[in-house]
Amino acid sequence: MEFKDYYKVMGVARDATEAQIKQAYRKLARKYHPDVSKEKDAEARFKEVGEAYEVLKSPDKRAAYDQLGQGPAAGGEFRPPPDWGTGFEFSGAGERDSSYSDFFESLFGAQGRAQGGRRGDFRPGRGEDHHAKVLLDLDATLHGGSRQLSLRVPEMDAEGRVSTKERVLNVQVPKGILAGQHIRLAGQGARLPGEGPPGDLYIEVEFQPHSLYRVDGRDLYLDLPVAPWEAALGAVVKTPTPTGIVELKIPPGSRAAGKLRLKGRGIPASPPGDFYVVLQIALPAAADAKAKAAYEAFAAAVPFNPRANLGV
Amino acid sequence: MTASDTEALPGAIFEESAVLTVEDLSRICAVDERHIVEFVEEGVLQVIEINTTEWRFSGAALRRARVALRLERDLEINLAGVALALDLMEELQQLRRELETRR
Repeated sequence: MEFKDYYKVMGVARDATEAQIKQAYRKLARKYHPDVSKEKDAEARFKEVGEAYEVLKSPDKRAAYDQLGQGPAAGGEFRPPPDWGTGFEFSGAGERDSSYSDFFESLFGAQGRAQGGRRGDFRPGRGEDHHAKVLLDLDATLHGGSRQLSLRVPEMDAEGRVSTKERVLNVQVPKGILAGQHIRLAGQGARLPGEGPPGDLYIEVEFQPHSLYRVDGRDLYLDLPVAPWEAALGAVVKTPTPTGIVELKIPPGSRAAGKLRLKGRGIPASPPGDFYVVLQIALPAAADAKAKAAYEAFAAAVPFNPRANLGV
Repeated sequence: MTASDTEALPGAIFEESAVLTVEDLSRICAVDERHIVEFVEEGVLQVIEINTTEWRFSGAALRRARVALRLERDLEINLAGVALALDLMEELQQLRRELETRR
């Protein structure tokens, strides 16, 4: 098991005051909060910071943790000492029920865990609703179809402890679902030991980046390279769309970054989104004598100052 | 694995059909109904007017409520601050999208 240096995680000295620890936590929590942060590993960092704060903010846990010293040399295995935890009573760990590291579990175990965390008043007999989040491929919403979704869902054991378990579900993804929306699976939430009906499962959807299309709500964007003469003279070019290849008419006099809209060809939600083609002018290289001659002839024939706007 | 495990579960888009009551939000988010009422009073959630006797929310309120609960719990922000953060986050997302589609 890996030793966790909670002081290092929080970026505070080992003799930091409670106020300093709180301050450090607030700052890091804002920086790495998964709903706010754009950092790559925000979720993992946020958990790490939350765990460190859980220990350092509580005088009894901190005192117990401090007894461990600085841990083994880097990369060394850590095992709690046999007399670990005697004389300390851990309680009131707050409401967080996300998974803590093995290190935390071995030190504070079930005692240190959040107790319950249920805040609402519930209809008796009905299982709790569960929530999960998945990263889907865009094709799932464009065409529908079933996907194996691997979810981490909380599970409560007989003693009321909560842990996260991996659960694989084969789900028919509803065509046209948008990022931020939820797939509801009735009856797939928590089941109580008694008879009562099970809760529901809500799966929040986000999309993996697509190789061709960008997503904006229900609209899709495609960057389409065209040759200078296609843009200037107009052309009919083949364009990939979610519903297959279409012949797209490029109007004469088109400019770079010009947008063409294919109505209703975005994500098939209700109402369906639109499909936007954003033109990019691709230049052929002056790679051989023939191409060079053509560029030179063009320059001679067409007076053109691309920098006229700059006053030069 | 039983046969039913291998069959795909039919998923429905929650937001499309859902019109939520305070009780629904309270149950799905596992918080007190009082807390949902506070969300409305502080501008975290908006009521869509369908009739005047009972509050109704659109399906999109679910995501907003869940993010609000996380911000409240993890960052210890009060509800006015949560409402402000949510509005600013939405605006930021909108600006990011515009930037993305213009690049």
